[in-house]
Amino acid sequence: MFKKFLCLMAALVLVAACDTTGENGGAGSMNGANGGGVGHNGPVHPGTQEDLVVNVGDRVFFAFNESDLTPEARATLDRQSAWLKKYATVRVTVEGHCDERGTREYNLALGERRATAIKNYLVADGVKADRVKTISYGKERPAVLGSNEAAWAQNRRGVTVVTP
Amino acid sequence: MSRKLTVEIERHERSVFWLIFSFAIYFLAATLWCPTSAYADVRIDITRGVVEPIPIAIPAFYGAGGNEAQFGRDIAEVVSNDLVRSGLFSAVDPQSFVQDADSLLVAPHFADWRVLNTQALVVGKVEAQQDGRLKVEFRLWDVFAEQQMTGLAYFTVPSNWRRVAHIVADAIYKRITGEDGYFDTRIVYVAETGPGNNRIKRLAIMDQDGDNNRILSDGSALVLTPRFSPTLQEITYMAYYNNRPRVYLFNIDTGQQEVLGDFSNMTFAPRFSPDGNRVIFSLSESGNSNIYTMDLRTRHVQQITNHPSINTAPCFSPDAQHITFESDRGGSQQIYTMRANGSDVQRISFGEGHYGTPVWSPRGDLIAFTKLHDGHFYIGVMRPDGSDERELTEAFHAEGPTWAPNGRVLMFFKDLPEGPGGRGNRARLYSIDLTGYNEREVSTPTDASDPAWSPLLP
Repeated sequence: MFKKFLCLMAALVLVAACDTTGENGGAGSMNGANGGGVGHNGPVHPGTQEDLVVNVGDRVFFAFNESDLTPEARATLDRQSAWLKKYATVRVTVEGHCDERGTREYNLALGERRATAIKNYLVADGVKADRVKTISYGKERPAVLGSNEAAWAQNRRGVTVVTP
Repeated sequence: MSRKLTVEIERHERSVFWLIFSFAIYFLAATLWCPTSAYADVRIDITRGVVEPIPIAIPAFYGAGGNEAQFGRDIAEVVSNDLVRSGLFSAVDPQSFVQDADSLLVAPHFADWRVLNTQALVVGKVEAQQDGRLKVEFRLWDVFAEQQMTGLAYFTVPSNWRRVAHIVADAIYKRITGEDGYFDTRIVYVAETGPGNNRIKRLAIMDQDGDNNRILSDGSALVLTPRFSPTLQEITYMAYYNNRPRVYLFNIDTGQQEVLGDFSNMTFAPRFSPDGNRVIFSLSESGNSNIYTMDLRTRHVQQITNHPSINTAPCFSPDAQHITFESDRGGSQQIYTMRANGSDVQRISFGEGHYGTPVWSPRGDLIAFTKLHDGHFYIGVMRPDGSDERELTEAFHAEGPTWAPNGRVLMFFKDLPEGPGGRGNRARLYSIDLTGYNEREVSTPTDASDPAWSPLLP
């Protein structure tokens, strides 16, 4: 029953993630913060960023000023770790991001803490530590523009990006 | 930029008579509690909060030739703008001036200026020298006492005329307030362009009044939180070159830069020590951030905090004996102080909300901060023991105070909520008096954030 619930949550998160990335696809981030080139209708190549975004979910979300992983986040990361084990040569960078409602330097530290929480979860799940790097962007690279709670909730995130 | 200004003090006229006279007036004012005596010294107590601005007349400095006259007009305008922006002076309308520069040099007609309620009068002269330099001289008159308060002369290359104007304004400010001025200073900041989700941020530097704006980095990498060295040749800042967020040192004169140290994780939140020989910063490791210093001469790295939490935004006290920083070690972002070796950690912020970005005043008496409470941001100050907290301004978002070198004025940045359609937050720089009055936008060509005030230029 619980497993079924998790699957349902995972599906919901996946849908949400797709919405988010689709909305901002092609925004031209230098670092893939917005999920990479999602938005075209070609075949999805296994083991790519696009595969991760469409079939796994590339991001998890955090509560305000928190770096604890929610049940939804853990479900996404379970799928990410399974995916990473399947494509054993893929390396990733986990980006930690914050909303705009904090000071710059604190948010850099908080973003790093979020990215590290994600990395630690993946590593505890069996992904080799040297395949996962972390980087914090603090509040510098919001995924969604807007000064409202809906936007902030989308921006408090950790995004897993395949290293080219 | 780095050309050294030749400063020669021609005369600093303060007769014994004047000293005795001004002492006598003080005594009288203190006894009678009558600060508006007609013959009171032209003097402002800038610690008192809102003050009635002193009406000051600054006619164009006299110049015999057309070129000299143009410099005379420009210099008078910059001096006037500096003083008026401080909020402590109001400019007497030039339309009402009763004497021109030429006749003022012979003798000010004090009675006529008094009719305009002018309390202070600046009379200046610009003279081209044989060697191509300009001689700029001025006298500051107390109109009611009919006394010269100060008089100075400067020799400079013509291209340096704005700096001379700022130095003249500093001299006037100092003579009347008793405090050092802050007009001959620069601001380093982050110039922002582009949409909010892909903001381009460049290092930029300008004079304190927004003039001489110069961009120092090409925008290929994100740059954040620049801070001046007390020796002025260098800036320390954080940048994402090669997607590796690290602290950098940047030489303003040569344009050369180098990464600070060799760390495998993110370094951020840098500031110079008061003597300029060390940089204090944060290093992230395993999700925590701790504070370190690096000696720029020996490259010796010292860990100052060792706590499994966020410890960042470090700033030395002016005597380098203490450090203030922010930490969430107690559960939420708050401001702490400690000895420079990391011992004796004390939490000093206890109001409602979160506190960050502590910056020690150059005078040592206060710590400025950013506070977040109930959806609002505040810029405020408190004493180093946490007492006497005062909010100076409130906004949807305000952050990152920096002190003018005299510890009387703060600069920070503010931005507006993101509008519909992502037109971008409008981030701008503002200055405000320590009293909470006289908040003014500092004009920048683009959006701007993370200002840092230089010391007085050497």
